[in-house]
Amino acid sequence: MRYLLRRIGFYLLAAWSALTLNFFLPRLMPGDPATALFARFRGRLGPEALEALRETFGLTDAPLISQYFTYLGSVLHGDFGISVAYFPTPVMDVIGTGLVWTLFLAGTAVVVSFTIGTLLGIGAAWWRHGVIDTWLTPVFALLGAFPYFWLAMVALYILGFTLGWFPLGHAYGDDLTPGLSFAFIADVLRHAALPIATVVLATLGGWLISMRNTMISVLGSDFVNLARAKGLPQSRVVLKYAARNALLPSITGFGMALGFVLGGSLLTEIVFSYPGQGYLLVQAVRNQDYPLMQGIFLVITLAVLGANLLVDVLYLWLDPRTRESTS
Amino acid sequence: MSGSTAKSESGFSVWLTAIRRDRKAAAGTVIISFFILVAILGPLLVGDPKAPIGMPLQPPSAEHWLGTTGQGQDVFAQLVAGARTSLAIGFGVGLVVVAIGALIGIAAGYFGGRVDGLLSLLFNIFLVIPGLPLAIVIAAYLPTGPLTLGLVLVVTGWAWNARVIRAQTLTQRKRDFVAATIVSGESSFRIVACEILPTMTSLLVAQVIGSTVYAIGAQVGLEFLGLGDVSAVTWGTNLYWAQNDAALLTGAWWTFAPTGISLALVGFGLILLNSGFDEITNPRLQMEHAWRIHLKRRGHEPTRSTPVVIER
Repeated sequence: MRYLLRRIGFYLLAAWSALTLNFFLPRLMPGDPATALFARFRGRLGPEALEALRETFGLTDAPLISQYFTYLGSVLHGDFGISVAYFPTPVMDVIGTGLVWTLFLAGTAVVVSFTIGTLLGIGAAWWRHGVIDTWLTPVFALLGAFPYFWLAMVALYILGFTLGWFPLGHAYGDDLTPGLSFAFIADVLRHAALPIATVVLATLGGWLISMRNTMISVLGSDFVNLARAKGLPQSRVVLKYAARNALLPSITGFGMALGFVLGGSLLTEIVFSYPGQGYLLVQAVRNQDYPLMQGIFLVITLAVLGANLLVDVLYLWLDPRTRESTS
Repeated sequence: MSGSTAKSESGFSVWLTAIRRDRKAAAGTVIISFFILVAILGPLLVGDPKAPIGMPLQPPSAEHWLGTTGQGQDVFAQLVAGARTSLAIGFGVGLVVVAIGALIGIAAGYFGGRVDGLLSLLFNIFLVIPGLPLAIVIAAYLPTGPLTLGLVLVVTGWAWNARVIRAQTLTQRKRDFVAATIVSGESSFRIVACEILPTMTSLLVAQVIGSTVYAIGAQVGLEFLGLGDVSAVTWGTNLYWAQNDAALLTGAWWTFAPTGISLALVGFGLILLNSGFDEITNPRLQMEHAWRIHLKRRGHEPTRSTPVVIER
């Protein structure tokens, strides 16, 4: 339990750091973006409204420390300010429209890629210099060298544009109304297939190689040799003895890779005009919509922190040592 | 044994023998040298990459080897010109990031205690905050340009190196030869610089290569989003314009394919260099390799076994 509490403490600290970073960045940067931000609102807002907006952003003439607490207070209430690009919708509402799509896309891609990559890694280590090891490993390493979004462009060009097998973008067809109907879910899957597949292809190599390398060293250890000498079935030795132990470093890496994969899938969304955070991010960058950008940054950070916490719980379950050292 | 003789030679000749022995290292060296040459000399040989020289979106032809962009610029010239900026930022950031990571990682691992606690907390927080969104937020507030990009990539990229180097320092710190120098009263600086750092050379090189891969990828990603200087010619902005000019939906594959393939080649070349380097500096892998060759020569099928001693 103490292990988990320490991890939760760490994530709270990380979340607070992200919030603090978010607060000080605009204030530290040259050229006073705050003024630039309000210049964009001018003409669209009355002076009183502008003043109220300054309040919510904490960009008042009050001392920095009280600005800071105003800011923390409003963020804790889910108030991230008002979007410039989607004026006058609050940032939180704008983000809310795309969050499900991003979590769906990145989450599915990460889980699929991790599962397949790890299984292939086990295979590559077990059949050293076999087909997986000599052919698949370098192929996926090469695929991993491409930027995700570029693979997405190629996939979209070949499979979507030239062959017409997949839709050219968006999360579902215009003619469908969102709902729990079969047609809608099938359409969502059809639209998500290419974006997910490209992220999976680009990230699979990493899991494969890390699992392969740990497996190789675990397979050389004494307890595996003992298991083999005892005459246990191979599948049992590989899966229950070696793979379970070799999985631990991959799980540790999983939490860290989440942020990275999420970043890559944001760019992939742009290529597919997928209505997630990536698309919003481009809009934010184009319109210099700082509140939206910062809101997306915070929401994504919190999502990654939450996912990391889940991974820690999983780790607790997988590795008895973490449980023992706590009691 | 080759390992002991190689140690007395200079780094360069070690590399040369390694290239001869290791196909991965050889392929990586060839690919990376080629791109570095292109980056240095190429821009002098092609014309102004931004000049409109023909009809927009022309497919590859004898006149324009890789066709033209949506603005009628020569894709080949843009590809060559882009290599310079992209590789310069990539390698530059790779070096800086590892330098910072080494400084913080060694400080944390060597001094331990409260210093370690604080520094570890710092890089762990940076590791868990997703890099790209953070980079975007920082880059958006700064004036666009290569320096901004470099700075942003350093801020978001140093933590991983610090973590790896800290772990390595911790294991070295416990070794007897380090304990001996501590007992003999050497200064901390001398112990770090003369005892611990040299044992980490191969790790540091691997980190530089890995960080360069990261830096090139992240840089292209940021530029693709439009956070770079979109009027400059780099690999990232090439892709940005390809996407903006709807190259995909007009079928103009030549505007994005060459840049992506070059990117992947550089990335793959660096990965090859890295694993080749790993095999050269890791005695275990080296022995395994030699053992397999040894077995094959004698007509045995190589199996999983521990190589013990091999006479050469």
